[in-house]
Amino acid sequence: MKPKTPSKLEKILADGHMAVTSECGPPRGSDPEVIVKKANMIKDHVDAINITDNQTSVTRMCSLAACIRLKLMGLEPVLQMVTRDRNRIALQSDILGAASYDIFNVLCLSGDHQSFGDCPTGQNVHDIDSMQLIQTVRHMRDEGKFLGGDDIGRPPQMFVGAAANPFADPFEIRVPRLAKKIAAGVEFIQTQCIYDIDKFELWTKIAGDRGLLDKVYILAGVTPFKSAGMARYMKNRVPGIEVPDEMVKRMADTPKEKQPEEGIKICIETIQRLKEVKGVRGFHVMAIEWEDKVPEIVEKSGLYPRPTVV
Amino acid sequence: MIVADKKPIEEIIEQIKEHEKILILGCNECVTVCEAGGKKEVGVLASALRMYFLNQGRNVKIDEETLERQCDHEYLEEIRDRMDQYDAVVSLACGVGVQFMAEKYQNTPVYPGVNTCFLGVTEKRGLWTERCQACGQCILASTGGICPVSRCAKRLLNGPCGGSARGSCEINKDIDCAWQLIVDRLKALNRLDDYEKICGLKDWSFDRAGGPRKVVREDVQE
Repeated sequence: MKPKTPSKLEKILADGHMAVTSECGPPRGSDPEVIVKKANMIKDHVDAINITDNQTSVTRMCSLAACIRLKLMGLEPVLQMVTRDRNRIALQSDILGAASYDIFNVLCLSGDHQSFGDCPTGQNVHDIDSMQLIQTVRHMRDEGKFLGGDDIGRPPQMFVGAAANPFADPFEIRVPRLAKKIAAGVEFIQTQCIYDIDKFELWTKIAGDRGLLDKVYILAGVTPFKSAGMARYMKNRVPGIEVPDEMVKRMADTPKEKQPEEGIKICIETIQRLKEVKGVRGFHVMAIEWEDKVPEIVEKSGLYPRPTVV
Repeated sequence: MIVADKKPIEEIIEQIKEHEKILILGCNECVTVCEAGGKKEVGVLASALRMYFLNQGRNVKIDEETLERQCDHEYLEEIRDRMDQYDAVVSLACGVGVQFMAEKYQNTPVYPGVNTCFLGVTEKRGLWTERCQACGQCILASTGGICPVSRCAKRLLNGPCGGSARGSCEINKDIDCAWQLIVDRLKALNRLDDYEKICGLKDWSFDRAGGPRKVVREDVQE
């Protein structure tokens, strides 16, 4: 696939390299140094950095401001946008704001429900959904027009991404849902954290049989366990994440002080196995509040050094 | 139907405590079916209030009445000749009835006795669940007859989200995932291919977003 935007991430993928992205959660405050510090931990080991958008509905510094901070550092941000908090006016406006700073990647999401966050009594918006946000960005970029039909002066040039969760139910529509996102115009996918590799392989197999793997870049999502407790929590409490029993047992059977190390080991093994899965074009390493471990994971997975693109 | 739930009696007392001649006004339609504001609930509330004021040592007149409907002029007119007997009304109708009553009797305070919740069904006695948000542009034809606007917590028109697990919504295991229901139903109708049709941006101007709404039917106007 030929690149359509100035996105470095898109170029790396189009050149056939395994891409590596990671993410930083913005602070619950206005200190820009938090973002700078996290970004500096990982910048040499990833191609682009996602900035989450009020993840789990907990109010934080806005994704756009944090992305601009990365851009000012000369880094490549992926602007995460959820449709929970903004209507189509605000979303288009923020897309233009991001474009004015030459932010070239966007990830279109619906967002966790606000009941999980710090404002459970608040209203949600959901004027459009993630599928329609993909359509919106593509429309703004490719047609150079607002949803209302007027011309955009200097349209955004964004490589358009979305999430996919092969582990959520109903499984039978998880590939059709991917097909739908591709039809809407998505160009790259970052998946939910993968622990159940067999199920992920099945998902990519069905997608491959439908010819979808040639139409979208799939970055496999991985998250290292910090502890056996975290493995259990992910298995039992996070909707849409599947952790095989043997993986939880492996963490639980490890002495407490060795568990972080074991978690990293599992993560690296997962990446190694996923590298062999057809259709996997890269990795999205989500080391939640554990960004300092990203370089080790990337290096030990054989994904370092990162390629340079012109 | 419009589903309502009883307000806590403390809240009602707080609203009416300054008054001395109060009419408790029920409605024989939706709120009767959902057991929040029919004749029976009027009686129960009136008795509780009488007891309360008696214990307070106050002589407050509490009368009971239940109209066929509170959303039509003709039924609200039935009590016009008695309205001067009261200095307040507690309406156990939905928010529609409370307001229509207030519009009609400009000089009498009308207080809500129920919380109006949603448009829904009686799943079984004591269990009412939402089915419609009156968005003004029905899309049920494309979603297998199950409404994602009212039944998906994120009203996703192209769901399900990544939080759908074992048929339940991510916000609560006791809530069905609307998109699981839609997929099951499309399958039963042998129309699962319809799932892949993208639903475009919805025109919310027919919804609350467009401001207070009106249906005008000149052909039936007199």
